[in-house]
Amino acid sequence: MIEMKDVWKTYPNGVMALNGIDIYIDKGEFVYVVGPSGAGKSTFIKCMYREEKPTKGSILIQGTDLAKLRERNIPKMRRKIGVVFQDFKLLPKLTVYENVAFALEVIEESPKVIRQRVMEVLDLVRLKNKARSFPDELSGGEQQRVSIARSIVNHPPVIIADEPTGNLDPETAWEIMDIFKEINERGTTVVMATHNKDIVNSFQKRVIAIEDGRIVRDEQKGEYGYEV
Amino acid sequence: MKSRTLKRHFTEAFKSLGRNGWMSFASVSAVTVTLLLVGVFLVVLLNLNHLAGQIEGDVEIRAYIDRTTKQTEYADLQQKMEQIPNVNEVKFQSKEDGLKELIKSLGDEGKAFSSLKKENPLPDAYIIKTKKPQDTASVASEIEKFDHIKKVDYGQGTVERLFKVTSVARNVGIVLIVGLIFTAMFLISNTIKLTIVSRRKEIEIMKLVGATNGFIRWPFFIEGFVLGVLGAVIPILVVVFGYEFLHGSVNNQLDTVFVKLMPVYPMVLQLSALLAIIGGLIGVWGSMTSVRKFLRV
Ligand SMILES: Nc1ncnc2c1ncn2[C@@H]1O[C@H](COP(=O)(O)OP(=O)(O)OP(=O)(O)O)[C@@H](O)[C@H]1O
Ligand SMILES: [Mg+2]
Repeated sequence: MIEMKDVWKTYPNGVMALNGIDIYIDKGEFVYVVGPSGAGKSTFIKCMYREEKPTKGSILIQGTDLAKLRERNIPKMRRKIGVVFQDFKLLPKLTVYENVAFALEVIEESPKVIRQRVMEVLDLVRLKNKARSFPDELSGGEQQRVSIARSIVNHPPVIIADEPTGNLDPETAWEIMDIFKEINERGTTVVMATHNKDIVNSFQKRVIAIEDGRIVRDEQKGEYGYEV
Repeated sequence: MKSRTLKRHFTEAFKSLGRNGWMSFASVSAVTVTLLLVGVFLVVLLNLNHLAGQIEGDVEIRAYIDRTTKQTEYADLQQKMEQIPNVNEVKFQSKEDGLKELIKSLGDEGKAFSSLKKENPLPDAYIIKTKKPQDTASVASEIEKFDHIKKVDYGQGTVERLFKVTSVARNVGIVLIVGLIFTAMFLISNTIKLTIVSRRKEIEIMKLVGATNGFIRWPFFIEGFVLGVLGAVIPILVVVFGYEFLHGSVNNQLDTVFVKLMPVYPMVLQLSALLAIIGGLIGVWGSMTSVRKFLRV
C-alpha cells in the first residue's frame, strides 16, 4: 500500500528532516506516527501525498512510484489519499460546507450526491450547524474537524492525518478517534501523527516512532513511549 | 469536463468576485481607467484620420485642354484618361462652367469678371479624381504627357506637403495607441496579479486536495473575463454618449470649414465592441498569467 525505501529529505535551508526512512504500511492498517516535535513526522507524511519531494529514495503508493508520477497525474493520486493537515489548510473564502464539497467537486460528483455526502460527514464531525460559517469564524478545533470531514468525504482508500486531535478537548478527540476507528474497520488505511499519549495507549495499534528523521521504533500494539 | 462542472466554475467565479469585493473593485477600476483613456484616444484619432481623409479627398486634378483641340478628339482624350489605372472619375468642365465656378468662388470681387463672359480666357478642362488621393501626383504626370493637354494643375507642392503631414500624423497615432494599449495591459495585469497573489495559498490548497490545474484555472479564467468586461462598461458609456453629445454640438460649427466629424453610428458601436474585447482579453490574460505561476505544487 504505502512503501518508502531509503527516503531522505533535506529542506532548501539545509535542515535534514528525514535521514533514511524504510517503511511498509499494508492495506487496512492503522498506524500511529509518534516522536518529539521537529522529529520529522510531518515531513514524513508530506512526502506521501507529494507536498514535499524527497531528496533521495523512492515512495510507492498503491504500487505507483511517486517520483515517476507525471505532473498531470498527481491530482488523481492525491484524491486517493485523504489528508488532515496539521495547519488545516481550509479555503478561507469558502464556507464550511463549500470546503468539504470541494473534495467532491474535483471528482465531478453530481450536486445531489455532493449535498447528501457533505451533510453526512458534517453530521459525523458535529458541524452541521456551522455549515454556512467561514473558517475564520470557527475555533481551532472546529477548523480541524472541517479538515477531517473534507479528508474522508470522498471515501479515499488511505487517510493521512497530521495531529488530527491536536486542538481538541479530550471528549471531542475521542469522538474523532471513533470516526477514524470506524473508517479503518471499513478497510481504510489510516496513518496518524499524534502527540496524544492517552489515545495511543488506550486504542493500541502499530506505532512508528521517529526521532531526528529516523525510525527508532516500529511495533504492533505499541505504546506512546514518551513522557508528556 | 462535465457540463455541471462548467456550471460550477461559473458559480464559483461569480461567488469569488463577490467575496473578494475590494480586490474585484480595484481590478475593475484599473480596467476602467485605462480603457477610458484608450476609448477617448481612439475617438480623437479616428476623427483626425477622418478629417485628414476629407481634406485629402478634396484633392483633384485639373487638366486644361488646348484651344486648338477638335471636338472629335475630346472623347478620345477622356477615354484615355479613364483608362489610367488609378483614375476613379473623369468629369468634363466646359470653359463656360469653369468661369461660372471661378466667379462664384471669388464672391463679390468675382463680379468684376462678369464682363469677361464674352471673351472667356479659360480653356476647357477635365477634372480627374484618383482612387487613392496619394496617387494624384503620378496620375497628373501621366496626363501631362497626353496630346492636347495645355496644363495640369493639382496644387503641386501643397498636396505633397499635405500628404506628408497626414501620413506622419497617422503613424504617430498608431504608435501612441499601441503604446497606450501596452500600458493598459501592464497596469491591468498588475492589479489582477495582486488579487491573485493574495490567493496563492488558496491555489496551493486546492492542488493539495486533488484539483487539477484546469479545474483551478477555469473560475479564474471566467473571473478575469468578467472583470475585464465590467471594466469596459463605463468607458463604453462615456464613448457612446460623450461622442453623441460632441457630435451634436460641434458638427454644425465645423460645417463652415467644409469638414465633418465621423458619423456617430456605426463608429461608437464598433468602438464599444473593441473596448469590451480588449477588456475581456486583458482580464483573461492577466489572471491566467498570474495563476500559472502558482500551479506548480
Ligand atoms: N518547509 C520547511 N522548510 C525548512 N525546514 C522545515 C520545513 N518544514 C519543516 N522543517 C524542519 O524540518 C524538521 C522536521 O519538521 P517536521 O514538521 O517534519 O516535524 P514534526 O515531527 O512534524 O514536528 P511537530 O510534532 O512539531 O509537528 C524541523 O526541524 C523543521 O524545522
Ligand atoms: Mg508536524
